[in-house]
Formats: sequence, structure tokens, C-alpha cells
Amino acid sequence: MMRCRPFRYHAPRTVAEAAKILRGEGPDAMVLAGGTDVIPNLKRKQFAPRTLVALRRIGELRTASDDGLTLGAATTLDAIARHAALPEAHRAARIAASKVATPQIRNRGTIGGNLCLDTRCTYYDQSAEWRQAIDFCKKAPGPHGTAIETPVEQGICWVAPGSPRCWAVSSTDAAPALIALGAEVTLVSADGERTIPLTDLYADDGMAFLTKKRDELLTAVRLPAAVEGWRSTYWKLRRRGAFDFPILGVGAALKLDAGGTVEAARVVLGAVASRPLPVDTSGLVGGPLSDEAIDAFAAKAAGPAKPLDNTDFTLHWRKRVVRAWVAGALRELRGDDSEEASLLSRSAARIPEPLSV
Amino acid sequence: MSKPEPKKVITHHDKDPDELRVIGRPRRRVDGRAKVTGQTVFADDMKLPRMVHAKIVRSPHPHAAIRSIDVTAALQAPGVLLVLTGADMPIPYGILPVSQDEHPLCPDVARFVGDPVAAVIAETEEAADAAMPLVAIEWEPLTTVASAEEALSTPEPRIHEYGDDGNVHKRIALQFGDVEESLGKSVHVFEDVFFYEGNTHLPIEQHATLAARDGDGKLVVWSSTQTPHYLHRALAKALDFPAHQVRVIATPNGGGFGGKSDPFNHEVVAAKAALVLDRPVKICLTREEVFYCHRGRHPVKMRFRTGTDADGNITAMDLETLLDGGAYGSYGVASTFYTGALQTVTYEIPRYRFRACRTFTNKPPCGPKRGHGTVQPRFGQEVQLDKIAVAVGKNPADLRLQQLCKPDTLTANYLTVGTIGLRQCIDAVVDGSSFRDRWQKLPEGRGLGIACSSYLCGAGLPIYWNAMPHSGVQLRLDRMGAVTAFCGATEIGQGSDDVLAACVAEVLGIAADDIHIRTGATDTTPIDLGSYSSRVTLMMGNAAIEAAERAKTLLVGAAARKLGIPPSRIALADRRVFDVEDPEKVGMSFRDACCAAEAEHGTLGTVGSYAPPRSPARFKGGGVGPSPTYSYSAAVVEVEVDPVTGWLHVPKIWIAHDVGRSLNPVLVRGQVEGSVYMGLGEAIMEEQVFRRLPAKMSNAAVHKFPSMLEYKSPTSLDMPEIVTYVIEDPDPKGPFGAKEVGQGPLLPIMPAVANAVFDAVGVRIDETPITAEKIARALDLRDKGKDARVGPKAFPSIDWPEGLEVPPPWEGGDGRATNDPKAKHYRAPEERGQEMMSDAARQKATAAQRASQSKSGRVSKEVRS
Ligand SMILES: Cc1cc2nc3c(=O)[nH]c(=O)nc-3n(C[C@H](O)[C@H](O)[C@H](O)COP(=O)(O)OP(=O)(O)OC[C@H]3O[C@@H](n4cnc5c(N)ncnc54)[C@H](O)[C@@H]3O)c2cc1C
Ligand code: SF4
Repeated sequence: MMRCRPFRYHAPRTVAEAAKILRGEGPDAMVLAGGTDVIPNLKRKQFAPRTLVALRRIGELRTASDDGLTLGAATTLDAIARHAALPEAHRAARIAASKVATPQIRNRGTIGGNLCLDTRCTYYDQSAEWRQAIDFCKKAPGPHGTAIETPVEQGICWVAPGSPRCWAVSSTDAAPALIALGAEVTLVSADGERTIPLTDLYADDGMAFLTKKRDELLTAVRLPAAVEGWRSTYWKLRRRGAFDFPILGVGAALKLDAGGTVEAARVVLGAVASRPLPVDTSGLVGGPLSDEAIDAFAAKAAGPAKPLDNTDFTLHWRKRVVRAWVAGALRELRGDDSEEASLLSRSAARIPEPLSV
Repeated sequence: MSKPEPKKVITHHDKDPDELRVIGRPRRRVDGRAKVTGQTVFADDMKLPRMVHAKIVRSPHPHAAIRSIDVTAALQAPGVLLVLTGADMPIPYGILPVSQDEHPLCPDVARFVGDPVAAVIAETEEAADAAMPLVAIEWEPLTTVASAEEALSTPEPRIHEYGDDGNVHKRIALQFGDVEESLGKSVHVFEDVFFYEGNTHLPIEQHATLAARDGDGKLVVWSSTQTPHYLHRALAKALDFPAHQVRVIATPNGGGFGGKSDPFNHEVVAAKAALVLDRPVKICLTREEVFYCHRGRHPVKMRFRTGTDADGNITAMDLETLLDGGAYGSYGVASTFYTGALQTVTYEIPRYRFRACRTFTNKPPCGPKRGHGTVQPRFGQEVQLDKIAVAVGKNPADLRLQQLCKPDTLTANYLTVGTIGLRQCIDAVVDGSSFRDRWQKLPEGRGLGIACSSYLCGAGLPIYWNAMPHSGVQLRLDRMGAVTAFCGATEIGQGSDDVLAACVAEVLGIAADDIHIRTGATDTTPIDLGSYSSRVTLMMGNAAIEAAERAKTLLVGAAARKLGIPPSRIALADRRVFDVEDPEKVGMSFRDACCAAEAEHGTLGTVGSYAPPRSPARFKGGGVGPSPTYSYSAAVVEVEVDPVTGWLHVPKIWIAHDVGRSLNPVLVRGQVEGSVYMGLGEAIMEEQVFRRLPAKMSNAAVHKFPSMLEYKSPTSLDMPEIVTYVIEDPDPKGPFGAKEVGQGPLLPIMPAVANAVFDAVGVRIDETPITAEKIARALDLRDKGKDARVGPKAFPSIDWPEGLEVPPPWEGGDGRATNDPKAKHYRAPEERGQEMMSDAARQKATAAQRASQSKSGRVSKEVRS
């Protein structure tokens, strides 16, 4: 089987202790939550941390607040998919969590890990031997990779050889949904705690894709209290009904008044850039969700999406689908039967009702 | 001296289902319990004392000469015991005698990214892994040849020194009757070019091998192999080790599908290291390395020129195929012949020409995958038939029904067709799907497609020439009433252990689980050639019946004497041996019968063996295609296509398979559904494709995604509802009438999907996989009023050799080429007269077939949702 390089392993019991270790170890340390992203990457030698700081013993990271709106970063995706206390208006969060990978991975994978997920690229998510055969690329310019947040002015980007940056793709399912819901995240380091809008956690760069400092721990995700009239959904496009990372995610939340006029809207695209991509919704607000309004908005939303040849499917087709998908998600929010709305939602998306326990 | 008469094969095909106690009854497979409880020991589960681990250093270059290898640093790394390189094993090997072109480790040239160059053996796998980058190799990159077309246009540098010329491995040209003349006279001539993309087997179990020296110095190799006998031969050759001092034990395979039927470099490496170190050496491949072993489906470009009469009946077919073989020969020569062998066994083709060309390219070698070589041209043939149906205004089911091959006839290329259940197969899926009412009548975006196919029940010839049996079974019976069945066949998940148990149990009147099964070990079991070409059920099954009949004779004789009745009155059933005239009172237990027989004859043991009948084909190349009999399948696929994005969804598939007789209906359904699954994957998503970097910047040619995450294969959520019809019409050649079921039902799925997409949105996707992207492109073309088709534009021009001319049976042919100066048995046409099948004889055969078709086979049906 594939083997990792040796590493030191810490499993502190408190957030404070974890923050201290991270500060002490410097850039060679990495947080290990469910490990469903970290461990495969270590085996492929995409990076080689000297130390892993595991969160598994920190109970406070697995709790939810009484109102159900604040979730500890180590809450599993499966728990979120089944999180019955979440208001119906935040349905998108549950749908997104339920669509990550497979049941096994959702049992282990955490929301914190999902939000901090490494960006992906078919030139990068490969073994050291494979990457050697293309003489490596910018994001991991050597056989042992590199620390993910230390940009190295070295190597070439095979996806866009003339480009100075890396175009690896933000592939988290939860982020577009949670940003559409207006989520915030809490970051803790040895210096203290800060809370920022989730959207500000991200930067559009395949290598430096998180704005948080390397020794900052993401401890919680906070969703706003539900307000009457909001509704949300998440549409995920992937080739198969399970396993696959999104090649397009559409997180959408709308506030409609009694007459069906859009009072507020947030739409965020996943997997079309190095960060989750918020779409300008000003054109939607103030009018009804008519077919014309939806189509005009969807056409515009597709504009900034910049798929490149580094995920599944060809870039032309992925670009073409954005429009259909944004429109589909909005039509679902309007109240069209999602099962009938589109063949895509019936096969590729397969939106099941979130589980409740 | 005249040749001895071939022995008579007892198959019991004519037994009434009611007479059978084991055969035909749904049972839990004999190896099922161990598998679901996790007790099956796969190669990777094995551990031996003092065991060490090997890892293989592979080429990062698609094509490069090795200037030097320095292993000093690697040898000094912690835990490292040995580093092997090509120089340690200079003798080449390969599965086919004509392609001995592989080395355990490349001695001088690496031919694809992943080609093995050195092996590091260390105390732990981690230590071996850590030392791999320390093997210092100096490379001299050579020009990369990355596709079949490139191979044709780039004769230098040659990837191999052997082969036809340049980077052409093999060209074949065969003609059965004057095809151009027939095409010239045909009412219609359809010309179509198709491309079938390569794909791989994707067994869940990654290949693993454990090699050790026995206490007495012999070599023992446990491996996840489908072909322990062929591996045995290759090990003896490549290691220059006495064959009789080697034993190979095939561990149960966690899936094979053809991907474990070559002898592999890692197997030889583990064995060599075990010999050198005198310690057990284990090697387990990573998933990425399994993609480099490959031997999967060849990418094939093909052109069909098919003439028909006004009703769409085929008058002649001219088929050309171009195969991208990858870096080594593997089974490639056979694969190449198979791209043209089985076109003739489904529909009558009066004249047929077949030309094929296999090329070498700098990619992992292609070889046999489920349906070996016949899948690609079947796709083309069945899609073209759909086009013909539309062009002549016929329902595609009727177009097929009107020209089915007749049973018990010879085809234009001298294949002997036995029973044919294809008519019943078509009827079953057409009725089940209401094809006649719904084809061309569903709303835009929904469609139905139909396709058929046929497959071998074992190859007529072994891969190396010999006159010995293809399968042997040995039975041991003892005074405890215990029966052990030994056979070299390999359980790869397909259920061969269960077939062996069932055939023996039926004859001896005991239960399948009563029998101890010992298979796939070259030291204890008689030779069986291996689990490939759907040969095991038929060949091992017939050998098992023979061995069991011989054992039965011993038991019956002894019991008859003991009971004082004539042997003719003795029957065996329900673990008893008894008088048919007074079953309750006169008889004894099976165990007592064993005691009586052992007392009378001494230690009890019998053997059985099987060799397929000789084929009437006498021309060079006629050895690929013949089979004792052929299975038949038909499928109807329903699709939904999104008109904007091209998204393709398959909600339902109807599949019928002519299996002759189900030995165990549970396993038959499993194989049919598994084939549908695999076929659907090939149809809609699977592709083994490669990435090249901008030519100015790099020579690289890498597998695009050697992982199970990115090599897309359907999940259970992507599976449609399947309605399975098992057509039973026992074939005289098969054990209890059984034909194959492991491969055939895969073949119609891909063309049926393509045909359904056409019915849904009117576009033709003439290549695989049939993806949303391609459909969207074709929809754009359709909307612009252009040819609504995605597929290859042209077939490259190939320098074909002058072909062998073999007149079909109905044109006075006798199976020999008329223009082969090298032919051994050349005889003047006058001498051949009496062997020819005259027109009159042919008409008689046709009449007989019509009569036999009115008697319909049994059809059973199960719906899976
Ligand atoms: C086969 C497969 C399919 C997958 N499919 C999908 C998919 O469809 N959609 C999807 O979104 N993901 C997918 N994933 C990725 C991954 O499983 C999930 O994103 C999962 O949620 C990651 O969580 P984790 O706890 O396992 O993270 P880990 O692997 O433990 O960590 C991931 C990253 O986040 C960092 N990290 C984790 N927790 C914290 C924290 N609290 N503070 C700071 N940094 C932190 C780690 O250091 C690491 O960089 C897939 C993975 C696999 C192997
Ligand atoms: S986008 Fe470019 S630099 Fe980034 S991982 Fe892919 S190939 Fe490497």
C-alpha cells in the first residue's frame, strides 16, 4: 500500500493546548481532524508535515450550541446532515453535508476539515512518482510536496503554463452552502480568538487559499438565526451518485416576501475557482422569481466561473452547465418540484431529504 | 498411423430439470460463507515468519533508455536488504509464445510511465518505500509514441525490435469470399467509423504476491492470478529455475476480469528476491500500480463497410480495426484476431473480410478484459445495424431477427455455431420493454436502444501449442464419505469453485457443500489453463463430470455387489446409494458405499479431463475464434437525456442471456448483473486515458488519473433497475447443457446505450464513453443543422498485406486458404470436393434450424430493483 513519511503525533485535550502546540511547532505542523483529506495527501506526499495535531480528543469541538446554530469544528458531516435542530431555512447546510463523498467518509470527515479542505487539481492530487513524471508543479514542487500555505516561486503550473499563480480548485461542498447562509467562523490561536464571515476565510489562489494563519485553529461555525421568508438549497454536480468531489456546487439562499418578490439573495458557486465564488445578486433583488429573471441571472452568474482543465469533465461543458444549474437551484427555491425540475437533479444531484434523527 | 478417435464427452445436457438435485437449483455458493465472514485468505492477507517486503521503482519516462543505475545509496538505507535491477533477471517472458517481450525489470529501455526498473526489498514496506528515491537512474529520453495513429506515422524509434515493422506489432488480413464483388452488387453499402476507448478492469483486490523457499529449497509463489499454470511456466523461464521445483498457488482473486491473467513482473521479482534472500518476500501493488499492470481493453478504431439488400439483410461485411496495444505484446496478438473473430456468429454474413493492425505505444500494455477484443467491434457492428434499421425503415429488433445465424452451421470464417438462443433473448427483452410500442415513440429526451451479442465458451486452442487436455479434475473419495475435488481452475469471484462442486455433487448424489474443493495450486491440482475466455464452466465442468462418472462406476459396482442387485438398478441421490426399485429399503449411505468401494478397489481416486473439439478452420489465424459453443445475449436500454446539458441517465435495462442451462441460477444472475454493471461503466464513463503536456515543454505521457476516485466507474447509486431473463436451452457441448455467462452479457450494453441516445435525441455518439459532454456537442451540431454525430472522422490508411483467401463453406471452401504457400496441408481443389458443404446441405441445415426454433427454450425472469 502507499506509505506516509514518519511524523510526530499530538492529541491535546483542549483548544488552548492545541493552539499552544501549533504555535510551538511552527509551519511544519498540521491539524488533523477526520483525516479524510490529510491522510491521502500525506500518502501521496503532497506535503510532509513533521507534526500532526489531532483534534479527536477535544470534546468542546464536537458540541453544538443550544440553539443549534453554532457547530463545533469537529462535528462530523454525517451529524450535520442529520442535525434536526437546524431550521428549515438552513436546509442547504444539511444537503451539502449529505452530499460529500460517501457515508464512510461523512462519518469521519468534519465540518472544519471540509472548510479547510486543500484545493484540488488533477496534476496535484497524484502520487509523488506520478508528479515526478510531469516534473512536478508549482503547488508541490518536489517529491515531498511543500507546506500548503507557503507559496514557492518555483515550478510551473501545467494547467495554465504562462500563469504566475496556481489554479487548483476549491472543492468543499459545505463552504458555498454555508456562505450562502451567511455563516461565520471562529478562529483561535495562541494570541486569542476572532470571528470572521466565512467568505473572508478564502482567497482566490490555489496555494494560499485560506486567509487564516497557519497556527490558527478553526473552532466553530455559526449560522445566523433563521428569519421568516428565507429558504435555501444546494445543488451539487458530479459524475456519480457518490464519492465524487463537486465539479460545480450552487449554494443559494433567498428571502421572498409574501407576494413572491425577492427581498434578499445570496448565491455562491463552488468548484469553479480557487475559492467559493459569491455571485452578485443585485439583479434578482426587488423583482419576482420569473422564468425570465432566473434565466437572466443564471446567464450572468456563469460569466465569472472559470473552470480549467484540472477536474473531471471538460472545461467547456462545465462552463455550459453553470447556467442550467444556477437556474435549476433558483427554480427549486421558487417552489418548482425539484424532482421534476430537471433531469440533472434526479440523476447527478439526487437530492435526498436530509436525514433527521 | 491414424490418430486416435477423440474421446466421447459425457455432458448430461439432456437431463430433465426434475431429475437434477443440485444443478439448476438456486444455492448459496460454496465459497460464499468464507467471503461474507471475512475468512477468505487473499494474497495480501498472508504473513509468514521472517517475511520481508518489496517495492518497485518505476520509470517516470514514457520512453527512455537506461544509461546507468546506481543502487549504492538505496542499499545503505535503513532496513534495506536487497536491490534488484534488470541485470539480475535477463531472460524475457510473456504470456504468448510469439510475444516474449517483457522483463521483470527493464534491462535497457523503459517503455511507459510505470514500467518497472528496480526493486527494493526491505524489512518493512515503509523502509522499502523510503529507499525507493535513492535508486539513482540516469535516463536518456526517447521520442514518445502515444497513440495508434502516432505509432503508424512514427516508425522510429521502434518500441520493440520485433513485430511486423516500425511500431506495428501485427497486421492481419483475411478474406472469406469476394467481399468487394458483393458490396458492388449490394442495394445499400453502409460505411461507418467508430472508436472504442480503452478502459481497465478495476478489480477491488489489488494484485499481491508472496514468494518463499520451501524447507526443501523449492520455490513457492502465492499470487492473485487467474492463470497459475501460465505463471508457473513464466517463472520457470524467467528465473531459469527447474519447473518441477516450482509450485504456484493462486489465492482467491478479489476480482480479475482478465487483469490478472498475464504473468506479472512483480510476481517474478518477489520470487527472485525470495530465492536470493531465502526469506519470504511479499509485494502488494498500490492502486496506481494496478493501473500500470493494466492489460485492459485496447482502444480500437474501426471501419465497417457493410452491404445489404433492400430489406437490410447483410450481403457482405468488410471490417478494419486499428488497436493501440500499449508497450508490450501481452495477449495482444489474440486480442487483435478477436477484433474480427465473432462478427459472424450472430447474423448471417455470406462474405466477410477482416483486417486488423496492432501498434505499440508508450502506455501500459493492453490485453484481455471481459469480452476480450470482441467488445469493441461488437459496439461498432450493433450501432451500425441500428443505422441500417433506420435507413431501411425497419424496427431494429426485426432487422436482427430476420437474419439470425442458424444453429448447427458453419460461419463464413469457419466457426461452428451450436445452439442459438438469440431469438428467445431478443423476444424476451423486446416484450419486457414493450420495445415495439415504445421505440421511436417516446417523448423527446427519452429513448430505447437494442443490441445483441455472442461470446465464446472457452477458446478452442491453448495459448501455447500442445495436445494435452485444457482442464483436468481429480477426485479423492474415502471411507469417511468425504469427497475432495481438485482442479487447477482459479476462483476469481466468478463462482468456479461452485461449478466444480455442483457438477461432482450432482453425479455422486451428494450436496455441493459436502465436497472439499481444492483449486488453483500447481502442486496438488491437475492442470487447468486458467480463468479466462469463459472456459472454466464448460471445460472444467465436463472434466468434473467425467471424473465423477468414473467414481460413480466404482461406487455403483461395489454397492450392487453388496446389495445383490444388478448395477443398472443403482441410483445415487440425497447422500444415499440405493435400488431404484425399492429406494427406501434396499440401499446404503453414501459413506457405506465409499467403504465398500475402498474395500474392493483400494484407495479411491479418479480423474477426468477435457479438450475442446477440433475446429474446421485450417487457415493461419483460424485458431482464434473457435469455441465448443457460443452464448448469446440481447439487451434493451432505456435512457433519459437532458436536452440542454446532454446529461445522460439510464433508468432501466432489460437483459436476456442464453446460458444453455443455469448450473446455479443465483450465480448466473450475479454474472449477468455484474456484466451489465461493467458494460454500463464502459458505455457511459470509464476510460483509461493519458495526459500529455505541451510538446515544447515536456515529453511526458502519464495516465490521467490512476486512482479509483478519478477513474470513474459507476457506484451502486448509478445502477439502473435491471430486468434479467435467463434463457435455457441446454447445449450438447456444455456440462449439463451449460454455456458461459461471465462475459457475454456485457457486450450488448454499450451499443444499446448508444442506440438509445439516438432514439432519445437523434444524435449519434460513435465512440465510447458516451458522456454528457459528447452528447451536448452533438446536440449543438444538430441544432446548427450539421451532421449530429460525435465520433472519429476517418480511418487511417494502413498498408495491408495481401490477405489469405479462404472461400466460405458455401462457396466450396474447406477451411483452408487457397493462397497460402506456407500452408502445411495444401491440397488441390479436386481433392477437397467431398468435404465441402454443398448448397443443398446448407439448405437442409436451414430447414432443420427452422424446425428447432419452433420449440422454444425455457425462459425465467427476475426483476431487480
Ligand atoms: C474519496 C473522497 C471523496 C471526497 N469527496 C468529497 C466531496 O464530495 N466533497 C467535499 O467537500 N469533500 C470531499 N472529500 C474531502 C474530505 O473528506 C472532506 O472535505 C472532509 O470534510 C474533510 O474533513 P476531515 O475532518 O477529514 O479533514 P482533515 O483531512 O482532517 O483536514 C483537512 C484539512 O483541514 C485542516 N483542518 C481540519 N480541521 C481543522 C480545524 N479545526 N482548524 C484548522 N484546520 C483544520 C487540516 O489541517 C487539513 O489541511 C473527499 C475525500 C475523499 C477521500
Ligand atoms: S493549478 Fe497548476 S500549480 Fe496548481 S496544482 Fe494544478 S498544475 Fe499545480
